[in-house]
Amino acid sequence: MKPAPFDFVRAATLAEALDALAQAGEDGRVLAGGQSFVPMLNMRLARPSVLVDIMGVADLRGIEVAKGALRIGAGVRQVELTRWADLTARLPLLAAAVPYIGHVQTRSRGTVCGSLAHADPSAELPLALIALEGEIHLRTKKAHRTVAARDFFLGMMATALRPGEMIEAVSFPLRRAGQGFGFREVARRHGDYAVVACAAVAGPQGIRLAVGGVGDVPTLRELPDPASGDLNEALNDFAWSLDAREDLHATPRYRRELVRRLGRDAIEEALRCRS
Amino acid sequence: MPKLTKSERYPVRFTLNGRPVEAWAEPRTLLTDVLRHGLGSTGTHVGCEHGVCGACTVEIDGEPARACLVLAGQVDGQAVRTVEGLEPEAGRLSVLQDAFRRHHGLQCGFCTPGILMTLDCLFRARPDADEAEIRDHLSGHLCRCTGYAPIMRAALDARDRFNQARREETHA
Repeated sequence: MKPAPFDFVRAATLAEALDALAQAGEDGRVLAGGQSFVPMLNMRLARPSVLVDIMGVADLRGIEVAKGALRIGAGVRQVELTRWADLTARLPLLAAAVPYIGHVQTRSRGTVCGSLAHADPSAELPLALIALEGEIHLRTKKAHRTVAARDFFLGMMATALRPGEMIEAVSFPLRRAGQGFGFREVARRHGDYAVVACAAVAGPQGIRLAVGGVGDVPTLRELPDPASGDLNEALNDFAWSLDAREDLHATPRYRRELVRRLGRDAIEEALRCRS
Repeated sequence: MPKLTKSERYPVRFTLNGRPVEAWAEPRTLLTDVLRHGLGSTGTHVGCEHGVCGACTVEIDGEPARACLVLAGQVDGQAVRTVEGLEPEAGRLSVLQDAFRRHHGLQCGFCTPGILMTLDCLFRARPDADEAEIRDHLSGHLCRCTGYAPIMRAALDARDRFNQARREETHA
């Protein structure tokens, strides 16, 4: 299908983009790489009356280390993240997760922040941001605020973004000494949305596991060390707590089993590569 | 800041296979439709129109991309290559296209233009791409005829021929 008609604003500066969004209010949407949003337009699941293209805004194209995190502007494409020279050394969890995001042909245009704004419960970038306890920087014409990842994702494809507000950047905390990371995913086909994806962080403060694809939002939980002997029981509790959904791809029971198995694998990997 | 109004048509200018082109499009018009209906370049095929099948894959500023997930206005000023741009001269197939013909890498041919563009982008960027990398790139395409095995054979053969030609050039 084809998108329903909309007005189109190609913003050259952040101020222009924010002006256009403020004017459009509830009917305005940001267009960045379009790899999640244009399918919604084509299927007419989204029918905004104004679309604001932000890819011409130079200020949003930055990718830089700031305050112990990698700050990625709203105009940075996923392929640009994969080419950031320090990705494997400083953000190993993202380095492991990025190859699972869509395909080469969509990572070439899709943006990091666009995937967060789309908030698909199976998507890898929201999962990684939750696991790393990162932050999202939001902006309106009049104000800006920073929201913790756990407060940003409110439900299936629902976020804390308000009318007239846009994501300016996201901060992924960099690897700290003593941390290790693990990532596991099962999908029907490589590049498809995850049936279940698990991201583990093992550090001096303990072990955290984030699970995507099961509940409406990626969910983070502290878990015991496998050496304690309590991990299986804790993973089982976690799996049941997620209220797994039934869909074309998997039954709730299968999803719970994947949480138990992939969760354990991801945690063991995180412990192995703890530095 | 220019605001384009819905249901009105605006000129979009970009280069198509090295040649400057202009087409008129509404804000909502997809690149696929501008290529096929506006410019008559019907080599780019349209399958699912929501980014899953890969049939409409073209090259935009050097990267493979789904033309059905790009609004025409988004490529203004950019460089687009399509399957029509692959032949080195009129009537002669490229090394990659020729490999697809010899290995029966296509049957109905619907998915072929997209697959050719993905592989062309890959081999330009990474002439030594290994089998796993080629498979990873092909995972963005659906082919319902071949079972993919002949496509893999064609891709590997084309890669080897590119590299053979490069080596001969270097030693010449």
